[in-house]
Amino acid sequence: MSSTVSTSSQNEGWSGGNKPMKASYGKLMMWFFIVSDALTFSGFLAAYGFSRFKFINSWPIADEVFTHVPFVHGQELPMIYVAFMTFVLIMSSVTMVLAVDAGHHMKKAKVTFYMFLTIIGGLIFVGSQAWEWATFIKGDFGAVKTYGGNIIQFVDADSDHRVALKDFAQHIPSERVQHESKKGIWFMSESALSSYTLEEVIQGFEASPNLVVRTQIIEDNHKTVLSREESLRVLRENGSYVVEGANLRDNEYGTPLFADFFFFITGFHGFHVFSGVVLNIIVFFNVILGTYEKRGSYEMVEKVGLYWHFVDLVWVFVFTFFYLV
Amino acid sequence: MADEHKLEIFRGLIKFKSNTQKIWGVLILLTIVTTVEVVLGIIKPEFMMESFLSMKILNWVFIILTIVKAYYITWDFMHMRDETTALRRVVVWTAIFLICYLLWILIQEAGYIFNTYDQGYIKRDF
Repeated sequence: MSSTVSTSSQNEGWSGGNKPMKASYGKLMMWFFIVSDALTFSGFLAAYGFSRFKFINSWPIADEVFTHVPFVHGQELPMIYVAFMTFVLIMSSVTMVLAVDAGHHMKKAKVTFYMFLTIIGGLIFVGSQAWEWATFIKGDFGAVKTYGGNIIQFVDADSDHRVALKDFAQHIPSERVQHESKKGIWFMSESALSSYTLEEVIQGFEASPNLVVRTQIIEDNHKTVLSREESLRVLRENGSYVVEGANLRDNEYGTPLFADFFFFITGFHGFHVFSGVVLNIIVFFNVILGTYEKRGSYEMVEKVGLYWHFVDLVWVFVFTFFYLV
Repeated sequence: MADEHKLEIFRGLIKFKSNTQKIWGVLILLTIVTTVEVVLGIIKPEFMMESFLSMKILNWVFIILTIVKAYYITWDFMHMRDETTALRRVVVWTAIFLICYLLWILIQEAGYIFNTYDQGYIKRDF
């Protein structure tokens, strides 16, 4: 009869309604997803770390790259805006956990209100990130890329401040226009031309005696600045083309890998935030419609909340590795 | 789950009266840590620029503070503090072990490649 007993106990175990580790099925599955997603993100960040240690003495200095704040022009304010973004995301995490707490007490109005605030926070964050991207893509000073793939930037010899191409490049009349497939040979085209040609930059540089070139190489926490003669030689002999802003191929602040990883990792994170906002909106409307009230449990708010906090958690690491370290 | 929140942080040093109060308390903690990070990042104190275990002390401070923040987000916002020990270990240990291994192997290799560029016969400066 022992076999009968074990069968019945097996049926008890497998017939559903159990909560292993005292977590419901949905919550446990959300944890599974979060662990795997955390490993994906750490894979990306570890790859970023790999590239960074590979170019440890020439990596762009984040404080010089992200210096902008919306509506504030002409000032270098590193980290202020990204600190604001971080605070917005942490704040929306707080409203989310307050929504979960209100859900535990079955207070529909409070859940609605806090979910609404969470969605607003998420939207502000995604919008800020879009602005951050746009600023990075546009760039601010411009630089020259050498044949070796290095970036050289222009600084004032006295003040050590960077000088924008538009402040010294000379204008040489030229007929050169962007080659689009509709204008020339139909199967050929090229990407947008830079505002200045290399020739214009070199002539402007020769005409401004106080300008020198700064290379990517970091010594004692500062990028190396060349002497005037050396600058002229490097610019004339090694200069390949003008780079403005950042994209997947060139980056006026230094190695293109920095831009590649920035776009890829913050983009992937931004996509997570966007998905989180969509999920939050769905849950928000379900709260209003009273779906969870009828169901007798606001656990769905808790599950989507886990995801939302995870997105915040990832941002904490992205913030550290892209902006601080 | 609903009524059984653990309400103390810092191993019982601070005890909150309700879950809502604990959430605001953790927010204040996270804000303080982030502010410290941003202020350190802007002023960059000279004594923290020394290298320690092939990284600046400042960077070590940033990474440790980040892990502190990650701990409180997971433990209090994601309610890990209230889950069973088994669930906590399944999630945290799996991730920590795999991430540590990944970081170690990749950064080790990166250092090797850097040395090859630096001391080898590859010319990049042109």
